[in-house]
Amino acid sequence: MHPRRSVLPATGLALGLLLAIALSACQPAEPEIREVRVVETQEVQVVQTQQVQVPVELQMESARLQAVKDSGAVRCGVNSSVPGFGFLNEQGEFVGFDSDFCRALAVAIFNDANAAEFRPLTAAERFTALQTNEIDVLIRNTTWTLSRDVELGTDFGPTTFYDGQGMMVRADSGFSTLEDMDGATVCVLAGTTTELNLADAFSSRGVTYEPLVFATGDETRVAYDEGRCDGLTSDKSQLAGLRTATTNPADHIILPVTMSKEPLGPVWAQGDQQWGDVVRWVVNAIIIAEEKGITSSSVDDIVASDPQDPEIRRLLGVEGEFGALLGLAPDFVVNVIREVGNYGEIYERHLGPAGTDIPREGSLNALWTQGGLIYAPPWR
Amino acid sequence: MLRSLQGSLQSFSRFSRDIRFLQALAQVAFVVLVVVVGRWLLGNLFDALDTRGLDLSFGFLNRTAGFPVADEALQLDRSDSFLDAYFVGLANTLQVVVLGLILSTALGIFTGISLLSSNWLLRSISQAYVEIIRNTPLLVQLFFLYFGVLLKLPSLADRITLGPIILSNRGLFFPQALPQASSRLWILLVGVSVVLAIAIYRTRMDRRVRSGAETRPGLWAAVPLIGLPLLGWLVLPGQPFTAELPQLEGLRIAGGSRLSPEFAAILLGLVIYTAAFIAEIVRSGILSVPHGLREASLAGGLSRTQTLRLVVLPVALRVIVPPTTNQYLNLAKNSSLAIGVGYPDLYSISQTIFNQSGQAVQVIAMMMGTYLALSLIISAGMNFINARLKIRER
Repeated sequence: MHPRRSVLPATGLALGLLLAIALSACQPAEPEIREVRVVETQEVQVVQTQQVQVPVELQMESARLQAVKDSGAVRCGVNSSVPGFGFLNEQGEFVGFDSDFCRALAVAIFNDANAAEFRPLTAAERFTALQTNEIDVLIRNTTWTLSRDVELGTDFGPTTFYDGQGMMVRADSGFSTLEDMDGATVCVLAGTTTELNLADAFSSRGVTYEPLVFATGDETRVAYDEGRCDGLTSDKSQLAGLRTATTNPADHIILPVTMSKEPLGPVWAQGDQQWGDVVRWVVNAIIIAEEKGITSSSVDDIVASDPQDPEIRRLLGVEGEFGALLGLAPDFVVNVIREVGNYGEIYERHLGPAGTDIPREGSLNALWTQGGLIYAPPWR
Repeated sequence: MLRSLQGSLQSFSRFSRDIRFLQALAQVAFVVLVVVVGRWLLGNLFDALDTRGLDLSFGFLNRTAGFPVADEALQLDRSDSFLDAYFVGLANTLQVVVLGLILSTALGIFTGISLLSSNWLLRSISQAYVEIIRNTPLLVQLFFLYFGVLLKLPSLADRITLGPIILSNRGLFFPQALPQASSRLWILLVGVSVVLAIAIYRTRMDRRVRSGAETRPGLWAAVPLIGLPLLGWLVLPGQPFTAELPQLEGLRIAGGSRLSPEFAAILLGLVIYTAAFIAEIVRSGILSVPHGLREASLAGGLSRTQTLRLVVLPVALRVIVPPTTNQYLNLAKNSSLAIGVGYPDLYSISQTIFNQSGQAVQVIAMMMGTYLALSLIISAGMNFINARLKIRER
């Protein structure tokens, strides 16, 4: 009898003690959750105040432009791991198509390509960096979509590169369109929109194919390289990189077909439209320069020779006050083209045969005069 | 005040030395720990679902999957639903698991017996195989088998042709039997011949056991087993089956059956890996049979093969079956590595489903339930066999 009687209070005491411990252990968790919520509401408030500020910002001089000028550098969010677009080279320099648009912005504002300050960002960090004013502009192969434009409190500039899902095939396969690929086996990465775009693209053309799905990009590439698949599909900008990683890149071609829309361009935070105008028109100037045949080597001669084309005169600041309208030097376009080059030159440098080799001719990234989509509004 | 504190301290120290109190404390602590951790994990999940505005319904399964799966057995079109896709994955997994269980058992028993063989070459090869395979990770073996061996086969353009069989890194293509009008009648004939053969074998075997005379039961049974189907093939109007030969048609081989490199890689990989473990179990099972039993059997006039087949293995099975269950379960679960070699198994397709539908929680729950059911079915089957093998004690 005796031992039984004493077990009950022992258990009771133990239970009570532990309940107390458990309860006290639970308590610190609650304020932690609350803290997180506070941070969230603050973020929302930042976006709200920015939206409220919009009418105030409708003055001639942009607050952001002024802040950039005061700090002496324009801060760009870039990619550091996609060769051709944004890549940190061995010398520790950011090179690539996107990085050069940031340099162009630095030249436009400071007449100094070195005034560009690069912030390497991951895909997940990039929009937060914009929202929290860590960077002035995001140029990091970012696709323009409705939800990003509206939900994230960002604005998208002119598209600098029309990316899209592409198809890599062996050069000797004789394929030139997707219609030729009836019955082909296609290597694709698992669980991406790529898989869905592929299905849509083939079924809309009434072409049958056999998908071979892998978990990682490397496995996909190796299986294709070994000849298990007739084609490898991914975003074109990435396909170019995958192609250089094959045993003999010259044996492979990327078909000019595009299976999805991925317009890439500069992005800035909503709320400072003047700053957005600066970014937009620097990009437009680079496009118009190519259209007019103005290159980095010829721009000074063209200015000196007193050009007759009125748009060239306006663009290069020989005529009109367009630089001042944007809050920039009257001849900022001359500097930009001299230092960075026109659109075609930037493309050639990073994405041409010397770079990752993404064919431009006949693609969406050809100039509008050559059947592409690279187009800028008139400079007047 | 001080005194009461002292008193409570004393009573606490009295409790703290009480083994019953300590045991109760440990048990309650464990329960509280489980509840707190479980609640925290679930709370995390529901918080995350809340902030993303997701619910846990299964309605998405009826939505269009939007992706096709290439497979010989079950075709999935892009207009089929997520649920259809899930079943295709399940069917593919079952295909690998069932074939894998059969083949790994056969290879495992053969290797296990070889490990004890008096033939030096056979024994050494078996030992090397078991040691290498058992001590390297399965995923590494799968990658080696797929990328290093199967994909190194010649491309379709340089394919190897052996009569009607075509081998390339697109797969092994072989003729397929196409049933014709008379095929049902012929299959019925085969069934009859099998029944007849068994009956003849039994009666002649019985007579041999009773009289001791050589009645050649195998030989007599073979006569109807081979003769009847052959006769049917020749007599029936038209051939019951015709062969459909694989042929190159544009980019792919059309017609015939195909063994894809992905299926071959996951099946061979699982079989080779699991058989190495089963071999060790079989070896230990055989060694557990008392030596006297073997000697008695040999002394009784049974040959070495008969001793192994009729005396040693049946006794050894009692030791072999329980640990083999574990290996069977491992094989079933390891089949989820198929995604590494591009085979569209349950895991691979489920991953695509939850990436495309965004319903990760439900799909993973379904997947876990499915693998659990598969494992329980294998366990139940093995427990049944184990119960049958048990020595019936009176």
